[in-house]
Amino acid sequence: MTQPARQAPAFDPAILNLPRVGRLHLGRWLSAALVLLALALVIKAFAEGDIAWKVVGQFFTAPAILGGLVNTVIMTICAMALGITLGVVFAIMAMSPNGVMRGCAAFYIWFFRGTPLILQLLIWFNLALVFPTIGIPGLFSARTIDVIGPFMATLLGLGINQGAYTAEVVRSGILSVDHGQTEAAKTIGMTRLTTLRRIVLPQAMRVIIPPVGNEVVSMVKLTSIASVIQFSEILRNAQTIYYANARVIELLIVAAGWYLIVVSILSLGQIALERHFAKGRAGAGGRHG
Amino acid sequence: MAETTIPMVKALSVTKRFGTLAALDDVSLDIAQGEVVCIVGPSGSGKSTLLRCINQLERIDSGAIWVDGDLAGFRQDGSRLVELTDRDIARQRLASGMVFQRFNLFAHMTALQNIVEGPVTVLKRPRRDAIAEAEALLSRVGLAEKRDAYPSELSGGQQQRVAIARALAMQPRLMLFDEPTSALDPELVGEVLAVMRDLARSGMTMIVVTHELGFAREVASRVVFMDQGRLVEQGPPAQVLGAPQQQRTRDFIAAVLS
Repeated sequence: MTQPARQAPAFDPAILNLPRVGRLHLGRWLSAALVLLALALVIKAFAEGDIAWKVVGQFFTAPAILGGLVNTVIMTICAMALGITLGVVFAIMAMSPNGVMRGCAAFYIWFFRGTPLILQLLIWFNLALVFPTIGIPGLFSARTIDVIGPFMATLLGLGINQGAYTAEVVRSGILSVDHGQTEAAKTIGMTRLTTLRRIVLPQAMRVIIPPVGNEVVSMVKLTSIASVIQFSEILRNAQTIYYANARVIELLIVAAGWYLIVVSILSLGQIALERHFAKGRAGAGGRHG
Repeated sequence: MAETTIPMVKALSVTKRFGTLAALDDVSLDIAQGEVVCIVGPSGSGKSTLLRCINQLERIDSGAIWVDGDLAGFRQDGSRLVELTDRDIARQRLASGMVFQRFNLFAHMTALQNIVEGPVTVLKRPRRDAIAEAEALLSRVGLAEKRDAYPSELSGGQQQRVAIARALAMQPRLMLFDEPTSALDPELVGEVLAVMRDLARSGMTMIVVTHELGFAREVASRVVFMDQGRLVEQGPPAQVLGAPQQQRTRDFIAAVLS
């Protein structure tokens, strides 16, 4: 079974002057055409559907909608601030040499990650059923029903729930910082807390920011479930309006538009933050040798 | 003149275990002010552990260490030894500066910020003074033009020189070097050793864990050979490296030089 002798190609330099023609990429053209067709059908359906776009425009900047938008944004900021604060505190507790601290942090994370958010909101909102008054004995006390209204219940529910998730994110961020950094900080006389604040957390931010950014985006939308306890955020206000005028889809489109606008702005902010905390990380880590 | 008779470091019967392994086994050592002591020995002989116990990165299991006359980690209260708080231990650590094998520069700070951090955050020095001193230190280690470079933009040799400057900025009375050139490419070892040589000439007390026997021979006032957690032999470099008394020392030196 000898192979037939191969003919040597001509190696003709004239080949260098031949024009080059690209491939046709038939598959790409075909799939793009199919997707565009489907998109066109969806747009046609909406255009011909019974949607009064004028109503959408009319309500987009209605006072009740804008008021709801402000409440949504304020709640997002407050709940995330509370969540991140609790997250950092419980992440540090979870890594404490003190067993009681670790146990406490583990319980917090277990409880608030293990129950549905809507259930937690209902508990906070109905806290007055268990504790008619709250306060510090001898210092002050107040009727629970006055203190924990829809805003407070939503803030506590969202913030404390968020803290349980953020604690895990912060913990993994702290663990991502090389132990040598902590040792170097110790050798210049830093205490444990100073080391965390000045050396470890700033570097952990690089790992913490992307997931927390995602959580902020989730939080914007998560505030909408507070409509079940009468917190007047944008979705609840949209609902209130459509109960009156029956323009259901139009008002849902208004709310959806605002959510998309807020989330898009936040995404831009996240990109800027990630750039800031990437400093000192030009390329993949340090050169050695 | 009584002060000068206090040893800079005094280790007495120090034992440190990691699980069942005795990393340090009954080690006693005195180091006088101004001495440059090189500790040599095979890996796992406990030389790095000894350094880390001197500045309390590790807790010793028994024995005692005094740094510049202060008992490390404890305060004597009548007939008892009371463990110090984190804050007091942090203060004790200020007596010594440490240089690590892997540099451990703060990755999110420039060279200058690395050096300024301790004086400003820990010593509460005015930032302006700290920056002026940091610039002087950068010049001293030959890196004045790298003040705004991040560690990731520096070579290993440059990072190690910044790390030395960072330790010196705390004005320590003792400098500890834990294999400062072991992570460097061969052509970068010289620049780091040059800085250390200058430092030794300035009269700084230094303990250097190293495999650079040439450096030890030239700069050390004393060489200590350790093996399996024990102090095997010590003396002037010419004696320990040139005419070792112990078979284990001879074997080690032969292995390193071959």
